[in-house]
Parts: sequence; C-alpha cells; structure tokens
Amino acid sequence: MKILVPVKRVIDYNVKPRVKPDGSGVDIANVKMSMNPFDEIAVEEAVRLKEAGKAEEVVAVSIGVPKAKDVLRTALAMGADRAILIQTEAEVEPLAVAKILKEVVAQEEPGLVILGKQAIDDDSNQTGQMLAALLDRPQGTFASKIELDDDSVTVIREVDDGLETVKLSLPAIVTADLRLNEPRYASLPNIMKAKKKPMDEKTPEDYGVDISPRLKTLKVAEPPLRQAGEKVGSVDELVAKLKALGVNA
Amino acid sequence: MTVLVLVEHEAGTVKESSLSTITAAAKIGAVHALVAGDSDEARQAADAAAKIAGVEKVLLATDPAYAKMLAENIAPLVTGLMGGYDAFLVSATSSGKNIAPRVAAKLDVMQISDIVAVEGEKTFARPIYAGNAIATVESSDSKLVITVRGTAFDKAALEGGSASIEDISGTGDAGLSSFVGLEASESERPDLTSAKIVVSGGRALKDADTFEQVITPLADKLGAAVGASRAAVDAGYISNDYQVGQTGKIVAPELYIAVGISGAIQHLAGMKDSKTIVAINKDEDAPIFQIADIGLVADLFDAVPELTGKL
Repeated sequence: MKILVPVKRVIDYNVKPRVKPDGSGVDIANVKMSMNPFDEIAVEEAVRLKEAGKAEEVVAVSIGVPKAKDVLRTALAMGADRAILIQTEAEVEPLAVAKILKEVVAQEEPGLVILGKQAIDDDSNQTGQMLAALLDRPQGTFASKIELDDDSVTVIREVDDGLETVKLSLPAIVTADLRLNEPRYASLPNIMKAKKKPMDEKTPEDYGVDISPRLKTLKVAEPPLRQAGEKVGSVDELVAKLKALGVNA
Repeated sequence: MTVLVLVEHEAGTVKESSLSTITAAAKIGAVHALVAGDSDEARQAADAAAKIAGVEKVLLATDPAYAKMLAENIAPLVTGLMGGYDAFLVSATSSGKNIAPRVAAKLDVMQISDIVAVEGEKTFARPIYAGNAIATVESSDSKLVITVRGTAFDKAALEGGSASIEDISGTGDAGLSSFVGLEASESERPDLTSAKIVVSGGRALKDADTFEQVITPLADKLGAAVGASRAAVDAGYISNDYQVGQTGKIVAPELYIAVGISGAIQHLAGMKDSKTIVAINKDEDAPIFQIADIGLVADLFDAVPELTGKL
C-alpha cells in the first residue's frame, strides 16, 4: 500500500505570531518556518506503518511557495520516499487544497492519506474532511491510534467525550492528533540522503484546479489584550480575593 | 436568510454548545434546527429544540445510521437539505468539526471555522494562530458553512419557542464507516466547556496520582470542572478529554484556576477568555502570570492543599 502525506509550511510553533500594523495579516517575513506539527505526526505515522511492513511507499506532498521544499525535505529525512511540491505563491484555502489533493490521489492511488488535523496558522481543521468528502471516502479525524488491516483501518479518535473507535473501509483518510505518536528527529545521514530523494514539481494548473479564494480577509487584528493582574503574597490573601469575587465554598 | 443548525443532543436534551450556535445562527437569519438520531431520545431532543427561543422549525431525521453521528452518514443528510437553506451552522465541537467540512466540500463552499462574532450577513470574525490574531473574513460563496465557538455566544433560552416539528426521511448508511466503541470518562463533575469554575493542572503535578490528590479536592470544594494542559495529558496524568488549549477544549468560565501551568500560547488559546484567571506557580516568570488576574508564586504542593482547606 502507498500512503500519501500532505504537509504544510507554517510559522514555527514556538514563535509568537505578530499582527502586521496595517491589519492585513500576520507577519511571517523573517520568522522561523517549520512543518506544521500535526503534519509531522502524520509523516511519522506513515513512516512507522512502512517500517512495520504495512505500507510500501510514503509520498509527501506540499502546496505552497518554493520554500515549502524545506518541509518536504524534512519529510524525506524522516523517511518518506519521495515528494511532490505543488508550487504557488497564492494563499490556498483548505477547499482548494482538498481539490488539488483529490487529483493527486487520483494519480497516486494511495490506500491511506494521513494529514495533520489542523494547521497551526489558520486553525481551520478542514482539509482532511473535505478531501474525504470529495473522494466519497471515510474519514478518521483526530486520530490517536491507527491499526491498519488489509481492507480496513481502525482509528481511535480524540473526541470531546473521550476516545471513540471507528472502523473505516479502505481507501480512507485519517487526520492526526497530538498523541498519535512522537515524531522522530531526522538524523544527519538521513538529512543527507533526503537530498537525493526525488521531488516532483508541479503547479495547481497542472491539476486543473481553480484556487481562487472564496474568503476575503477584511482585517486581522490583535485579540483584546489581557493585562496582568496582581500577585498575592499568601494563600490567605488569595482566599480573601476569591471570596471578594463571590466564590463560595 | 434561512439557517440550518445541526443540533447536538444527549439523553434527550440539547447540548449547551448547540444553544450558543442557535444564538449565532439567529444573528444571520431565521433558524431551523436539524435533529438527527435513531431513537426516542432524538424525538425528545426535537421536542426540546422546538421550545428553544428563536427556533422557527425543527427537522427530525431518525435513522439507525445517525446513532453515532458518523460524518459519512450525517453529511449527506445535511447536504440534501441545503437546497432550501442559505447557511449551515454547527458547534465547533469534535463532532461539528468532523461533519461541517464534509458538508462544505460537497456544496463547494469554503467553510468558516470557529467563528467568535457575526459582523454582517457574510462577514465573520474568527481566531487564527491559536488566538494570537482575530481575522475578519467575508465569504463570496452562495451558501455559508460555519462552525461556531460556543464560548463566544450566549446560550439561547430553553423556553420561549414553539416551533413545529417535521419528520424527514433519513439518508441511510453510507457504508463507509462504522462505530466500534466509546471510552468515555466517568465524572460527576460539571462539564468542562460549560462549568462556571475550572481547576486545571499542568506538568508540575508530577504524575496521575498526584494530579488526582492535589487538583481533585480543590475542584470538588469549588464544584468545579477539572482541566489540564497538553503537557499533563501527554504525560498521562489525565485523559485527553480534559485538555484545554488550541487543539483541546476552549473554555471561558467565570473563574479559571491554573495550577502548575506555565502558560504556553497553545494553552492560553483555550482559556484566556475566562472572566477571572488565577495562577499558582512557583516560577514567578511563568508566562501564565502575564495574563492572570490573581497570581500566587508558591509551591503548589503546599499552596493548593492550604487553599482547599481554607475555602
């Protein structure tokens, strides 16, 4: 089986995002960029499935600016076999991403597509579900465990009530949650090897997909700021403050 | 505009998150509530939904395929109804987030996730970058598909409406997926997302037993829900459904007590809209103190039992 793993280049999760003064967006110039953390988990899971003999090939795909090659190289260094960069300078919304991925799936015919459950920039949490819908395939979102069999995949999902287990027929779409695994760090030899792994370059037009945005961002603003309050010196003072707030216990 | 709201229900009652979504929907247009399920409980929930202030009509779809709200089965039901609606809204719960994009893709609509304000018929505010920025976006699609952040909207009143209930036929099982089981946390405490007080613990709690021994008595004393940081959940102190943050639950209680939580932005994203934030942490430079209304720099293993004793 082949596994397809879409990955996105986003602001590094340790960087505090700054809103541009003109309110047009978040400033990502000269900011450290990395692979979306949930996508790293998706890559790791795909590579582990390959290492366990349950998959033959792991293909990473990214849609974005030329520098998105960096995150594809990371995926290759982690153990993906080859990569596809679908290059565009435009901001591509999840719906358009899903449409492009649908065409990639049609060409590659993977048994499983594993994506991160959301990207930490736009926090949309849509692409996996949209891809599943466009393909009329089942989806196992927010996965914390995946068990792959010949014709089905069992997914344990992190849901509001706890952990839900669903069984999906293959081919299927899975989106990775935080506790699916702990991604490995790529070793230096593997980083070197990754440079020799194949990377195809395409454009959205190659797939015949219209990526014009449907949403117009009117403005991006800082959220209301919370001011730090006061520090109290003792538990007694804290108790007095809480009682003043009307906390009865 | 007429808006279809997928109502989530449990034991015959409408979930509180859906009450907030109905409030958001009423800002866009006339609200019709869709209740899907397979049993008498769904019918009870439809009766309850019909009484909610602002709901003009209830659609009830009963089908065994809807019992577990599998997205593969619910999405076709919703998309089939959308010919008659301008917008589809559902809460940004794990279930809503699972279903809505499937509907949006089928309708060829770009979904607007996790809205916190309705600013016009097609203009909405939503947090991005873990709540470090608020984007105002305008849709150019002919229909809207939206998920709603429950803490950002008041709950619609449970009484005051007298909607009619229309039975509609189910769309059956898509045959793609099946429910195997749910491992739910048993708790007598209030629900994390709707509790007035939340006591949350972080990695500093050391292990599952210590977490239980330190956090639980304080939560019990206050009638509070228990929450946790990602670090505490990752370390296995408590299960995933207690996680507060960007990718966990979003809470906005009257009082949020953060115990041994340093305050990573991903955690702050889930609780910074709380009315009053109390932080107890022995590191006086912990970022949590930058947003806390009341801070206590102390060893939590001394301070929390003392606090529990004195309240």
